[in-house]
Amino acid sequence: MAESTLIETSPLLRTARQVGGFLVTLAVTLLGLLAVTFVIGRVVPIDPVLAVVGERATTAQYEAAREALGLNEPLLTQFLIYVGDALRGDFGRSLLTSQPVLSDIARVFPATLELSTIATIFGVALGVPAGVLAATRPGSWVDQLVRLIGLAGYSMPIFWLGLIGLLVFYGNLGWVGGPGRLDTSYQFTFELDVTPVTGMILIDSALAGAWDVFANALTHIILPAGVLGYYSMAYISRMTRSFMMNELSQEYVTTARVKGMPEWRVVWVHALRNVSVPLITVIALSYANLLEGSVLTETVFAWPGLGLYITNALFSADMNAVMGGTVIVGATFVLLNMISDVLYKLIDPRART
Amino acid sequence: MSATTWLRDPNPRSRLQARAGQAWLGWLRFARNPLAMTGLVIVLALLFAAAAAPLIATHDPVAQELAGRLQPPGSGGYLLGSDEFGRDIWSRLVFGARITLYIVALVTVTAPVFGLIIGTVSGYFGGWVDTVLMRVTDIFLAFPRLILALAFVAALGPGIENAVLAIALTAWPPYARVARAETLTVRNSDYIAAVRLQGAGPGRIILGHVMPMCLPSVIIRVTLDMAGIILTAAGLGFLGLGAQPPLPEWGLMISSGRKFLFDQWWVATMPGLAIFIVSLGFNLLGDGLRDVLDPRSASR
Repeated sequence: MAESTLIETSPLLRTARQVGGFLVTLAVTLLGLLAVTFVIGRVVPIDPVLAVVGERATTAQYEAAREALGLNEPLLTQFLIYVGDALRGDFGRSLLTSQPVLSDIARVFPATLELSTIATIFGVALGVPAGVLAATRPGSWVDQLVRLIGLAGYSMPIFWLGLIGLLVFYGNLGWVGGPGRLDTSYQFTFELDVTPVTGMILIDSALAGAWDVFANALTHIILPAGVLGYYSMAYISRMTRSFMMNELSQEYVTTARVKGMPEWRVVWVHALRNVSVPLITVIALSYANLLEGSVLTETVFAWPGLGLYITNALFSADMNAVMGGTVIVGATFVLLNMISDVLYKLIDPRART
Repeated sequence: MSATTWLRDPNPRSRLQARAGQAWLGWLRFARNPLAMTGLVIVLALLFAAAAAPLIATHDPVAQELAGRLQPPGSGGYLLGSDEFGRDIWSRLVFGARITLYIVALVTVTAPVFGLIIGTVSGYFGGWVDTVLMRVTDIFLAFPRLILALAFVAALGPGIENAVLAIALTAWPPYARVARAETLTVRNSDYIAAVRLQGAGPGRIILGHVMPMCLPSVIIRVTLDMAGIILTAAGLGFLGLGAQPPLPEWGLMISSGRKFLFDQWWVATMPGLAIFIVSLGFNLLGDGLRDVLDPRSASR
């Protein structure tokens, strides 16, 4: 901002003001998320009262339930009640599981987290080197190949890629496990031997020392994570390439080359280090985008995560679960964006002012 | 005087000639890029398939013929095989091109226009108008697109029109951002001040003098987004929330082919290939257009 550069302020005050600004933005955005879901919830053609009392209720019962649900209050009051409940983590009960929505989400979220974390690891491990290689040889066949792989990633329906993967690697070659997180035969061993700590099968089974379960879970996660990871790789490699191109044209790179520094050191140590700052933002963004990709991937692979939970809820007209899930995904998305912003400012001194 | 010399005349005699000459140069730059030309060919083929669907299709896309169900590609006159109701997959794909284009067209005439209005108004007025509008934009940007579209469709009920509405409602924020950025760069220029001194009101300035400046970047963004729109629509169809059976929507076709994936692979594979090729075409075209219309990024 222009005015803050004019007035000299102490670094502490500036940091405090920035933190305050972040918190206000966060609060406003989260309130907005709730407002959007509230509005969506109100236009649903499903009558929430009927869902509670059933079709055969008398008018008196219906009215009583309507009063109890707070639907006779003015809209603004209803919204405030909704926000208050949401802040206390109360999104109502799911019709499908008759559990509170929040505890349902806490149960399914680790599966999504596990899937998208492994996918991001794939994406970073392949995307960053690919982008760097492409940037060092612009116009070469490596560059064209990376560009083409990236474009294909942007153009492929993720659920279709998942189905093709299942067809080839599970159906024809038998290299990987099928849908779900474990084989049915291991499901029992898992429940017997492994105490759930994090809800992530790979970590839990490793902690319990149940390595056969671990190996089985690995064969199941590798395909969906690979499919999701392909998408983040497409994005990460493209961004890495453009950041790297920009960096390699800087003067310090020329200086390093003139001094006779080996090319690999110039590229992989000097330039990549400077690129790592914007890359963190990109990786955080792609991590957040995987939440979205997970809806379709989880449907294809019958992966019991948040995406599958939301779609299942949708088809049973379980609006509390749909809205709760949407708010949680939105909030996670916002938080990841914020974290990447803050990290950016912490790492790059130029971005602090 | 041949047409190209007229186009290449360094001293154009009319405004029309100058514009045509510029467009010709742009086209030459575009045509030099083989990937962009591939994209253009794919998109033209899609348009042709949609327009001439009854001529290209070999079968009725919805007529069921249970005797010929699940035939492999090439057999029994089924070019790409037949599905579980004995419907020809090739013909369904060709007619499905109409649905895809319908969705893309409806979204691209609504979302960018809305985004353009929000963005230019926000950028032109600044101040609290800007703050409020951009906050709203940020909130919509904060949702992952598909999840927000899912929630909208859940509220409105499944169907093509509702899917279009849901996609449009989630697609406008980036356009608003782009339009606002462009508006900020022209807002204080002399020509705007001149128009204002002539007594033009804000509505006239925004519509006639600010929006045209935002158009190129918005158009590039739209072309690049078309693949995303197709993929989102296909995803909604796949989940059963977009087009409803028996419409030959590509995502819906994949979802019905899922049941036969391991035995009759073609039922799910062929529509996916169609989606892939078409969105690749839009992506290549968008990339090429950006290089031509936006010289700043042409050096990539």
